[in-house]
Amino acid sequence: MNRKETVNELQLLVYELDVESAMTKEVVTVSPDLAMDKLPKILKSNRITGVPVTEDGRLVGIISLEDYVRWAADDGKPSCVGDVMTRKVHTIYSDEPLVSAVSRLERFACGRLPVLDRTTDTLAGIVTKGDVIESMLGNLEIDYREEGLRTYRTSRFFEDIVSDSTELSFAYEIRGESISEGGEVASSLKKTLRRLGMHPDVVRRAAITVYEAEMNVIIYAKAGRVRVSIDQHHISMVVEDEGPGIPDLEQAMAPGFSTAPESVRELGFGAGMGLPNIKQCAESFEIESVVGEGTTLRVSFHMEEACA
Amino acid sequence: MEVATGPMTLRRIQEMLGASCITADPPLDLEALVGCASDLMSNVLAFGRPHAILLTGLTSPQTVRTAEVADCVAVCFAYGRQPPAETIELAEGSGIPLFVTPLTLYAASGRLYELGLPGCPEIE
Repeated sequence: MNRKETVNELQLLVYELDVESAMTKEVVTVSPDLAMDKLPKILKSNRITGVPVTEDGRLVGIISLEDYVRWAADDGKPSCVGDVMTRKVHTIYSDEPLVSAVSRLERFACGRLPVLDRTTDTLAGIVTKGDVIESMLGNLEIDYREEGLRTYRTSRFFEDIVSDSTELSFAYEIRGESISEGGEVASSLKKTLRRLGMHPDVVRRAAITVYEAEMNVIIYAKAGRVRVSIDQHHISMVVEDEGPGIPDLEQAMAPGFSTAPESVRELGFGAGMGLPNIKQCAESFEIESVVGEGTTLRVSFHMEEACA
Repeated sequence: MEVATGPMTLRRIQEMLGASCITADPPLDLEALVGCASDLMSNVLAFGRPHAILLTGLTSPQTVRTAEVADCVAVCFAYGRQPPAETIELAEGSGIPLFVTPLTLYAASGRLYELGLPGCPEIE
């Protein structure tokens, strides 16, 4: 596999696939007549931050946690969703190519787009960035299987490239506070490293490291990114965030020390094991942090076994 | 009483825990080499070993992500806890079989241990 080829394949996919193939079809909706004080429970039990408002299947608006907070701050007089909701909603038709969804999500900086059926003009689903990525990865995987491609052994892969030094790199963005997406980067990277034919032990340790680092970014920072580079002998990883920074690194490294909120602990993380776990998995470990600016973590893994 | 320790098929685990499988086409002949029980996913990542059956009370999608990342063969939820649809969907997508047992986490772990499935650091 060649990186350029993969990019081309991905580019083709965003044009070939339609929104319908990626969207979530079972959508939670509310009626405009719903009393505002009933809204938090619906959002909370579905773990969503916004919900489309429909009347006879027709989309009439969208109501988000932000709208709720604004309403509550403004006296919270008894009202229904219809009075408070945002009426102007960015939408997309189910038969449009995925690339339109990607650009619209980007342009309007929204987390989700309600999807409409073009013939009936009713709500058909909802699409998020996560849906797009999942659908594209799923389709890439099907392609690989159909073509009967075997995973390369990493050593062979590098031997096949004629250059003085070769380095492959992958980058992943992490959105802070996107708790439900926690683990997506780890899952994607694991698939990629496996596909490159790396030794399962190295793959596992790299995936665990990214999972913990990813959760840290999600818990504490607004945004972050993971850069992974691979040469013939090492996997190096840099995880950067624009978070609050760590005032006392020694304390943060102590197993069990944590400042994570309860909502994260409910998901099985935030118990102060993240950094110690990462240190245990990686062969080299460096962390730099500036309070108010962010944290940078650098780790690496040797692939001697994988290349044997 | 001495019990021979060793791998255990998902079929036997399911039977011994009185568990139901909630994902399609479970590969019941697959073997778990070790058992791992925790509600704390970081512990699973730190102390888990490949090919473990993960017993937990935590039903969020992050449990499936953890199983995927830590190379677990399957997840069994204790306390009869049914996971939300998103967890099941993610498991179907990543090929991690999910089971639900009415037993508590303690009882489920104890039963498998008693039957000879070792804990994680013991196989080193």
